[in-house]
Amino acid sequence: MSRSSAAIATRVRDAAPLFAALGDETRLRLIVRLSSGGPGSITQLSAKSDVSRQAITKHLRVLSDAGLVRSTRRGREQVWDLEPKRLDDAHAYLDRISKQWDEALDRLKAFVEE
Amino acid sequence: MTQTTEMTDTNSIEKEITLRAPRERVWSALTDAQEFGAWFGITLDGAFKAGQPIHGRMTNPKYAHVDFEFIVETIAPQDLFSYRWHPYAIAQGVDFSKEPTTLVEFRLTDTAEGTMLTVIESGFDQIPEGRRAEAFLMNGKGWTSQVENIRRYVEK
Repeated sequence: MSRSSAAIATRVRDAAPLFAALGDETRLRLIVRLSSGGPGSITQLSAKSDVSRQAITKHLRVLSDAGLVRSTRRGREQVWDLEPKRLDDAHAYLDRISKQWDEALDRLKAFVEE
Repeated sequence: MTQTTEMTDTNSIEKEITLRAPRERVWSALTDAQEFGAWFGITLDGAFKAGQPIHGRMTNPKYAHVDFEFIVETIAPQDLFSYRWHPYAIAQGVDFSKEPTTLVEFRLTDTAEGTMLTVIESGFDQIPEGRRAEAFLMNGKGWTSQVENIRRYVEK
Protein backbone atom coordinates (compact mmCIF):
# COMPACT_ATOMS: atom_id res chain seq x y z
CA MET A 1 0.00 0.00 0.00
CA SER A 2 2.51 2.60 1.12
CA ARG A 3 4.53 3.71 -1.84
CA SER A 4 7.42 6.09 -1.61
CA SER A 5 6.60 9.73 -2.08
CA ALA A 6 9.19 9.75 -4.86
CA ALA A 7 7.07 7.27 -6.85
CA ILE A 8 4.00 9.44 -6.35
CA ALA A 9 5.96 12.50 -7.39
CA THR A 10 7.00 10.71 -10.58
CA ARG A 11 3.44 9.77 -11.40
CA VAL A 12 2.21 13.28 -10.76
CA ARG A 13 4.95 14.59 -13.02
CA ASP A 14 3.93 12.13 -15.77
CA ALA A 15 0.28 13.09 -15.42
CA ALA A 16 0.85 16.85 -15.53
CA PRO A 17 1.21 17.19 -19.36
CA LEU A 18 -2.02 15.24 -19.77
CA PHE A 19 -3.96 17.67 -17.63
CA ALA A 20 -2.20 20.66 -19.18
CA ALA A 21 -3.38 19.40 -22.57
CA LEU A 22 -6.92 19.09 -21.27
CA GLY A 23 -6.88 22.49 -19.58
CA ASP A 24 -8.08 24.42 -22.59
CA GLU A 25 -11.65 24.94 -23.72
CA THR A 26 -11.06 24.35 -27.43
CA ARG A 27 -9.11 21.17 -26.76
CA LEU A 28 -11.75 19.86 -24.34
CA ARG A 29 -14.37 20.57 -27.00
CA LEU A 30 -12.34 18.58 -29.51
CA ILE A 31 -12.16 15.64 -27.09
CA VAL A 32 -15.91 15.75 -26.49
CA ARG A 33 -16.55 16.07 -30.24
CA LEU A 34 -14.33 13.03 -30.96
CA SER A 35 -16.00 11.10 -28.11
CA SER A 36 -19.53 11.60 -29.34
CA GLY A 37 -19.02 12.02 -33.09
CA GLY A 38 -16.22 9.57 -33.75
CA PRO A 39 -13.13 10.19 -35.89
CA GLY A 40 -12.97 13.26 -38.12
CA SER A 41 -10.80 15.18 -40.55
CA ILE A 42 -9.60 18.72 -39.85
CA THR A 43 -12.39 19.98 -42.11
CA GLN A 44 -15.03 18.08 -40.14
CA LEU A 45 -13.54 19.06 -36.80
CA SER A 46 -13.35 22.75 -37.63
CA ALA A 47 -16.84 22.90 -39.11
CA LYS A 48 -19.32 24.76 -36.91
CA SER A 49 -16.38 26.19 -34.98
CA ASP A 50 -15.22 29.79 -34.67
CA VAL A 51 -11.68 28.52 -34.47
CA SER A 52 -9.62 28.42 -37.66
CA ARG A 53 -8.39 25.20 -39.25
CA GLN A 54 -4.82 26.22 -38.44
CA ALA A 55 -5.68 26.69 -34.78
CA ILE A 56 -7.56 23.37 -34.66
CA THR A 57 -4.51 21.66 -36.18
CA LYS A 58 -2.29 23.20 -33.51
CA HIS A 59 -4.63 22.08 -30.71
CA LEU A 60 -4.78 18.57 -32.14
CA ARG A 61 -0.95 18.45 -32.10
CA VAL A 62 -0.94 19.38 -28.39
CA LEU A 63 -3.49 16.63 -27.69
CA SER A 64 -1.47 14.22 -29.80
CA ASP A 65 1.75 15.05 -27.91
CA ALA A 66 -0.09 14.26 -24.67
CA GLY A 67 -1.13 10.92 -26.16
CA LEU A 68 -4.84 11.75 -26.10
CA VAL A 69 -5.52 11.63 -29.84
CA ARG A 70 -3.87 10.05 -32.84
CA SER A 71 -4.08 10.62 -36.55
CA THR A 72 -4.14 8.21 -39.44
CA ARG A 73 -4.15 8.74 -43.18
CA ARG A 74 -7.33 7.98 -45.08
CA GLY A 75 -6.50 8.55 -48.73
CA ARG A 76 -5.31 12.13 -48.93
CA GLU A 77 -6.96 13.07 -45.67
CA GLN A 78 -5.60 12.95 -42.19
CA VAL A 79 -8.21 11.58 -39.80
CA TRP A 80 -8.06 12.29 -36.08
CA ASP A 81 -9.38 9.96 -33.42
CA LEU A 82 -9.18 9.48 -29.66
CA GLU A 83 -6.34 7.39 -28.34
CA PRO A 84 -8.42 4.92 -26.36
CA LYS A 85 -5.60 3.57 -24.22
CA ARG A 86 -4.84 6.99 -22.78
CA LEU A 87 -8.41 7.95 -22.10
CA ASP A 88 -9.19 4.43 -21.02
CA ASP A 89 -12.83 4.96 -21.79
CA ALA A 90 -13.60 1.30 -22.25
CA HIS A 91 -12.41 0.50 -18.76
CA ALA A 92 -14.02 3.53 -17.17
CA TYR A 93 -17.29 2.57 -18.85
CA LEU A 94 -17.09 -1.04 -17.74
CA ASP A 95 -16.07 0.05 -14.22
CA ARG A 96 -19.23 2.06 -14.12
CA ILE A 97 -21.51 -0.75 -15.25
CA SER A 98 -19.63 -3.11 -12.98
CA LYS A 99 -20.35 -0.83 -10.02
CA GLN A 100 -24.02 -0.70 -10.96
CA TRP A 101 -24.11 -4.51 -10.93
CA ASP A 102 -22.47 -4.55 -7.50
CA GLU A 103 -25.17 -2.26 -6.17
CA ALA A 104 -27.97 -4.21 -7.84
CA LEU A 105 -26.64 -7.52 -6.52
CA ASP A 106 -26.38 -6.13 -3.00
CA ARG A 107 -30.06 -5.19 -3.24
CA LEU A 108 -30.89 -8.66 -4.61
CA LYS A 109 -29.02 -10.22 -1.68
CA ALA A 110 -31.02 -8.18 0.81
CA PHE A 111 -34.20 -9.01 -1.09
CA VAL A 112 -33.82 -12.82 -1.10
CA GLU A 113 -32.22 -13.13 2.34
CA GLU A 114 -34.73 -11.02 4.23
CA MET B 1 -18.42 -8.88 1.14
CA THR B 2 -19.14 -12.26 -0.33
CA GLN B 3 -18.95 -10.79 -3.76
CA THR B 4 -16.14 -11.44 -6.18
CA THR B 5 -15.50 -9.71 -9.42
CA GLU B 6 -13.61 -10.89 -12.42
CA MET B 7 -13.07 -8.66 -15.36
CA THR B 8 -11.16 -10.64 -17.90
CA ASP B 9 -11.30 -8.26 -20.84
CA THR B 10 -13.10 -5.24 -22.23
CA ASN B 11 -15.88 -7.38 -23.68
CA SER B 12 -17.56 -8.72 -20.55
CA ILE B 13 -18.28 -8.22 -16.88
CA GLU B 14 -18.60 -11.23 -14.63
CA LYS B 15 -19.90 -11.26 -11.06
CA GLU B 16 -20.37 -14.05 -8.55
CA ILE B 17 -22.34 -13.77 -5.36
CA THR B 18 -23.39 -16.34 -2.78
CA LEU B 19 -26.94 -15.82 -1.59
CA ARG B 20 -28.12 -17.41 1.64
CA ALA B 21 -31.47 -18.38 0.15
CA PRO B 22 -32.87 -21.47 -1.56
CA ARG B 23 -32.45 -21.76 -5.29
CA GLU B 24 -36.19 -21.47 -6.01
CA ARG B 25 -36.31 -18.23 -4.01
CA VAL B 26 -33.46 -16.72 -6.04
CA TRP B 27 -35.00 -18.00 -9.28
CA SER B 28 -38.27 -16.27 -8.54
CA ALA B 29 -36.50 -13.02 -7.56
CA LEU B 30 -34.81 -13.08 -10.97
CA THR B 31 -37.60 -14.18 -13.27
CA ASP B 32 -40.77 -12.80 -11.73
CA ALA B 33 -40.89 -9.36 -13.34
CA GLN B 34 -42.40 -7.73 -10.23
CA GLU B 35 -39.78 -9.23 -7.92
CA PHE B 36 -36.99 -8.40 -10.37
CA GLY B 37 -38.23 -4.82 -10.47
CA ALA B 38 -38.27 -4.60 -6.65
CA TRP B 39 -34.52 -5.14 -6.23
CA PHE B 40 -33.34 -3.87 -9.59
CA GLY B 41 -35.21 -0.59 -9.24
CA ILE B 42 -37.42 -0.74 -12.30
CA THR B 43 -41.15 -0.93 -12.96
CA LEU B 44 -41.77 -3.52 -15.66
CA ASP B 45 -44.91 -3.89 -17.76
CA GLY B 46 -45.90 -7.54 -17.94
CA ALA B 47 -43.91 -10.74 -17.47
CA PHE B 48 -40.63 -12.21 -18.71
CA LYS B 49 -41.30 -14.63 -21.57
CA ALA B 50 -38.63 -16.33 -23.63
CA GLY B 51 -38.11 -14.59 -26.95
CA GLN B 52 -40.32 -11.66 -25.95
CA PRO B 53 -39.51 -8.01 -25.29
CA ILE B 54 -40.59 -6.35 -22.05
CA HIS B 55 -40.45 -2.63 -21.24
CA GLY B 56 -39.90 -0.75 -18.03
CA ARG B 57 -38.98 2.53 -16.37
CA MET B 58 -36.35 2.99 -13.72
CA THR B 59 -37.70 3.94 -10.32
CA ASN B 60 -34.78 6.36 -9.87
CA PRO B 61 -36.37 9.68 -10.90
CA LYS B 62 -33.11 10.70 -12.57
CA TYR B 63 -33.60 8.00 -15.20
CA ALA B 64 -37.39 7.85 -15.18
CA HIS B 65 -37.54 9.33 -18.69
CA VAL B 66 -35.81 6.30 -20.18
CA ASP B 67 -37.77 3.46 -21.72
CA PHE B 68 -35.78 0.31 -20.96
CA GLU B 69 -36.33 -2.67 -23.18
CA PHE B 70 -35.29 -6.18 -22.20
CA ILE B 71 -35.45 -8.88 -24.84
CA VAL B 72 -35.66 -12.18 -23.02
CA GLU B 73 -33.57 -14.95 -24.56
CA THR B 74 -33.59 -18.01 -22.28
CA ILE B 75 -35.66 -19.07 -19.29
CA ALA B 76 -34.34 -22.51 -18.21
CA PRO B 77 -35.99 -23.01 -14.81
CA GLN B 78 -33.69 -22.58 -11.82
CA ASP B 79 -30.71 -22.80 -14.11
CA LEU B 80 -30.31 -19.95 -16.58
CA PHE B 81 -32.16 -16.70 -17.22
CA SER B 82 -30.86 -14.38 -19.96
CA TYR B 83 -31.87 -11.23 -21.79
CA ARG B 84 -30.44 -8.60 -24.12
CA TRP B 85 -30.58 -4.87 -23.55
CA HIS B 86 -28.82 -1.61 -24.30
CA PRO B 87 -26.37 -1.03 -21.47
CA TYR B 88 -26.43 2.40 -19.93
CA ALA B 89 -28.93 3.66 -22.47
CA ILE B 90 -29.82 6.79 -20.54
CA ALA B 91 -29.20 9.46 -23.19
CA GLN B 92 -32.29 11.49 -23.86
CA GLY B 93 -33.52 11.66 -27.42
CA VAL B 94 -31.14 8.98 -28.70
CA ASP B 95 -32.60 6.09 -30.65
CA PHE B 96 -30.78 3.09 -29.25
CA SER B 97 -32.92 0.58 -31.10
CA LYS B 98 -30.43 0.22 -33.94
CA GLU B 99 -27.42 -0.07 -31.69
CA PRO B 100 -25.88 -3.36 -30.60
CA THR B 101 -27.11 -4.93 -27.36
CA THR B 102 -25.28 -6.74 -24.60
CA LEU B 103 -26.32 -10.16 -23.30
CA VAL B 104 -26.99 -10.56 -19.58
CA GLU B 105 -26.95 -14.10 -18.20
CA PHE B 106 -27.90 -15.17 -14.68
CA ARG B 107 -26.76 -18.69 -13.79
CA LEU B 108 -27.58 -20.52 -10.56
CA THR B 109 -25.75 -23.34 -8.78
CA ASP B 110 -26.22 -24.86 -5.33
CA THR B 111 -23.64 -24.31 -2.62
CA ALA B 112 -23.38 -25.39 1.01
CA GLU B 113 -24.52 -21.94 2.14
CA GLY B 114 -27.34 -21.50 -0.33
CA THR B 115 -27.20 -20.48 -3.97
CA MET B 116 -24.39 -19.13 -6.05
CA LEU B 117 -25.43 -16.62 -8.66
CA THR B 118 -23.15 -15.81 -11.57
CA VAL B 119 -23.98 -12.76 -13.67
CA ILE B 120 -22.23 -12.28 -16.99
CA GLU B 121 -22.85 -9.24 -19.18
CA SER B 122 -21.07 -9.59 -22.52
CA GLY B 123 -20.86 -7.94 -25.92
CA PHE B 124 -19.35 -4.58 -24.90
CA ASP B 125 -16.82 -4.75 -27.73
CA GLN B 126 -19.74 -4.23 -30.13
CA ILE B 127 -20.77 -0.96 -28.46
CA PRO B 128 -19.32 1.96 -30.47
CA GLU B 129 -16.40 3.62 -28.74
CA GLY B 130 -18.07 7.01 -29.07
CA ARG B 131 -21.14 5.76 -27.22
CA ARG B 132 -19.02 4.34 -24.42
CA ALA B 133 -17.19 7.60 -23.97
CA GLU B 134 -20.42 9.57 -24.12
CA ALA B 135 -22.19 7.37 -21.60
CA PHE B 136 -19.24 7.86 -19.34
CA LEU B 137 -19.00 11.63 -19.75
CA MET B 138 -22.73 12.28 -19.65
CA ASN B 139 -23.23 11.54 -16.01
CA GLY B 140 -22.06 14.25 -13.65
CA LYS B 141 -20.26 11.65 -11.60
CA GLY B 142 -17.95 11.06 -14.55
CA TRP B 143 -15.52 13.72 -13.51
CA THR B 144 -15.73 12.83 -9.84
CA SER B 145 -14.72 9.29 -10.59
CA GLN B 146 -12.09 10.54 -13.03
CA VAL B 147 -10.56 12.49 -10.18
CA GLU B 148 -10.71 9.32 -8.10
CA ASN B 149 -9.01 7.46 -10.98
CA ILE B 150 -6.28 10.08 -10.96
CA ARG B 151 -5.80 9.68 -7.25
CA ARG B 152 -5.55 5.91 -7.64
CA TYR B 153 -3.23 6.36 -10.58
CA VAL B 154 -0.78 8.55 -8.76
CA GLU B 155 -0.86 6.51 -5.55
CA LYS B 156 -0.53 3.14 -7.28
